[in-house]
Amino acid sequence: MSKVIVVTSGKGGVGKTTSAAAIATGLAMRGHKTVVIDFDVGLRNLDLIMGCERRVVFDFINVINDGVRLNQALIKDKRVENLSILPTSQTKDKEALKQEGVQKVLDELKGEFDYIICDSPAGIERGAMMSLYFADEAIIVTNPEVSSVRDSDRILGILNSKSRRAELGLEAVKQHLLVTRYDAERVNKGEMLKLDDIVEILAIPVLGVIPQCSSVLSASNVGMPVILDEKSKASDAYKDAVSRLLGEEVDLRFLQPEKKSFFERLFRRSA
Amino acid sequence: MNLLDRFFGRQPKNTAVEAKDRLKILLAHERVTTNAPDFLPMMKQEILEVIRKYIQIDKDQVKVHMQRQQGVSVLELEVELPQGPSGKNASLSLA
Repeated sequence: MSKVIVVTSGKGGVGKTTSAAAIATGLAMRGHKTVVIDFDVGLRNLDLIMGCERRVVFDFINVINDGVRLNQALIKDKRVENLSILPTSQTKDKEALKQEGVQKVLDELKGEFDYIICDSPAGIERGAMMSLYFADEAIIVTNPEVSSVRDSDRILGILNSKSRRAELGLEAVKQHLLVTRYDAERVNKGEMLKLDDIVEILAIPVLGVIPQCSSVLSASNVGMPVILDEKSKASDAYKDAVSRLLGEEVDLRFLQPEKKSFFERLFRRSA
Repeated sequence: MNLLDRFFGRQPKNTAVEAKDRLKILLAHERVTTNAPDFLPMMKQEILEVIRKYIQIDKDQVKVHMQRQQGVSVLELEVELPQGPSGKNASLSLA
């Protein structure tokens, strides 16, 4: 049975596309046939994060509205077997994302892939609603920051009332919390919401905690999902999250700051 | 806190606690209003009309609340009856 998983957050800039790219890549690395779809019509960026921007010929919207075959639009990743990307259109308006069209594409993808990862746009407009409507599971990307937590709570409410599963009275969309840009040092200083606080407020199980890490920007600079950067902490944290998504029990890491030497502590400027 | 801060006894303010408290208060309020189903205002209007067939009441004498707790939705309907003995309220709960 293939699963449709939406990566969403409400708020923009929290790491949805980075996380969707990393998790889709991680699932493919674990041998699962995976496709990641960009739902951000008009502002596509998944292609850039995945490093396939120059290979886009046809897109998701062409498949829905212009009779283009799915196989003409799907881009096979060159680094990881089992991974495909379905980019979205950069020009057409958001109304192009029709519910019946989206359903038809998802049904066809289900025949070929184990995991269908939907990268949601920010906000709660049409693209975001379409990306979560057909979801079986949802990964809520949240930063340890008040506006992000508030928007995540709103998105959880929408998943519980406006998704297909909610409308049909089926088993609820399974929700996972993914906290990104977590800075354990600032948490310890009392400057940043800690994981336990976020979990207490949102009351959903934790899929992972991704530490604030310079490798995320570097990876996006070169169009590589950060999970492929073997030396990065963010990569380890995403790999753990993928294991948990597959039902494995893995202890949380990166909740404590790295130990620093005496001199580093003495001369470090406060952030 | 770095060692120099510690030496001079500078205590940073714990703003994360304030963030958590503000969120808890805000979300408790927002969950009631934004997560209410779309049909609630219309249903309230129709209930009011049915009651008005039998009893003269104002629209602010009917209160409809929907709450979610542990996977169960509770619909609470409170109707204030103007001519009841000593102004008692009648309330009805449906789950």
